[in-house]
Amino acid sequence: MSKVLIVAEHAEGKLNAGVAKVVAAATPIGSEVHVLVLAADGASVAAEAAKLAGVTKVLVADSAAHTSPIAANLAPSVVELAAGYSHVLFPGTTFGKDVAPRVAAKLGVPQVSDVMAVHSATFFDKPIYAGNAITTVETPAGTIVATVRLASFTSVAATGAAAIEKVSVATVAATHTRYKGLEAQKSARPDLQSAAKVVSGGRALGSSENFKVIFDFADKIGAGVGASRAAVDSGYVPNDMQVGQTGKIIAPSLYFAIGISGAIQHLAGIKDAKVIVAINKDADAPIFEVADIGLVGDLFTVVPELQSKM
Amino acid sequence: MKAIVSVKRVVDYNVRIQVKPDGSGVVTDGVKHSMNPFDEIAMEEAVRLKEKGKVTEIIAVTLGGAKNEETLRTALAFGATKAIHIKEEGEIQPLTAARALAAVFKKEGASLFIAGKQAIDDDANQTGQMVAALLDLPQATFAGKVDAGLETLEVDLPAVITADLRLNEPRYLKLPDIMKAKRIPIEAVTLTDLGVTAAPMVMTTKTTPPPTRSKGIMVKTTDELVAALKAKGLA
Repeated sequence: MSKVLIVAEHAEGKLNAGVAKVVAAATPIGSEVHVLVLAADGASVAAEAAKLAGVTKVLVADSAAHTSPIAANLAPSVVELAAGYSHVLFPGTTFGKDVAPRVAAKLGVPQVSDVMAVHSATFFDKPIYAGNAITTVETPAGTIVATVRLASFTSVAATGAAAIEKVSVATVAATHTRYKGLEAQKSARPDLQSAAKVVSGGRALGSSENFKVIFDFADKIGAGVGASRAAVDSGYVPNDMQVGQTGKIIAPSLYFAIGISGAIQHLAGIKDAKVIVAINKDADAPIFEVADIGLVGDLFTVVPELQSKM
Repeated sequence: MKAIVSVKRVVDYNVRIQVKPDGSGVVTDGVKHSMNPFDEIAMEEAVRLKEKGKVTEIIAVTLGGAKNEETLRTALAFGATKAIHIKEEGEIQPLTAARALAAVFKKEGASLFIAGKQAIDDDANQTGQMVAALLDLPQATFAGKVDAGLETLEVDLPAVITADLRLNEPRYLKLPDIMKAKRIPIEAVTLTDLGVTAAPMVMTTKTTPPPTRSKGIMVKTTDELVAALKAKGLA
């Protein structure tokens, strides 16, 4: 009988939107799906998690050791609470990728990274070679530790009302690691990884100032903003906006690739987008091979024009 | 201070990956291989620490069959002072690799473990974190960035660091260094020598190519574009 524990990612008292996708991956695995909130004070996060459809219980382990997302402190708590669960799942974000292997190693079990499809409690699909091949894998006996590729799952609705239970852990904060803070790119725009619409700009923007065209258009249609690796490497926008194999892998309903040629590494990040629109002045750009709708033209005229019509 | 850098031989970054028609894996025979690019960044970082006098010895370690020796030669050309080849035929998964690397770390009395955040073949992103867990060491993963921006962690040594893309720009290797690296002896050990038992394995039952997107329509004007989006219920 499968029983799934999902380790919740959260920040500033808010549940990460990716957790609703992990619940979607967990639902076909087991009838019992529990969400674990490790925090200094997890009440608000737990309340959000309890609403996710399919979640049967939320565990809150409040501890000073959980004040910052430090893997060396969170992993022992997960290991302690994992007893009795067949599966321990994490979102496939930097948080999940940081903590999950530490849990797996302590449990002495292998980990499945980036689950993109669940065939049964022990059979999963996962990408290798940056998504250029998909493998079906079978896990051995023992607890199954996995990270879930968020772009492959649709968030469950917030229509549930699971019970919230307080639990305690023996974890004492390690003194060897100090969290010095996060230099976040504060933005009022929708989060790139969960936005329904995303507008990305590429090298053709030519400068940081010119990126305003992208931001203005995105704000008009309520989209998140991304960029190609070339645009990030050129210093037009910060790292955390990069979409692609080495950046963020996203699955919006609508994706605009503007002034992006469409290198394989960028395409690896947008494969799961429902509709891709490409705007590029080079008619031979590879992005047009995968775009659902393509328009050849100068982005500096096309984008403002489009903005006025949408 | 000794630093251990784990390096992995993988199909070269520029190779177009082909899935075998029988679904048994991807084509790796007769395909160019090189050091995992994230491990190159880890090597570069170790060499820079040595140049700054923070690290005195760099021990490059790899696991796998005979061909993996070339990756250690690359590491030596970068500036590793010693190379250890954990000889093991067949597939080695992250937990087994981590157990072996943790054993080497202890045996060498190292203070720093640096590796790439992930290998570009299995994309597991596990080994560094597992080494840290097995040795109960602090870990600073994805040095370079996190999803939300730049997170700063301060860790005490000994520690594990995994390198992300923007940590540094690895140097071009010079021919004299490559030639010199060929003459440095490589220490060979086995998992048994290290007292390591292989971990349970995740079995791959099938490998398939990813679904492909087909080319869509081309429009000539923004009016046509808006109309096409409306037809899809997106505008």
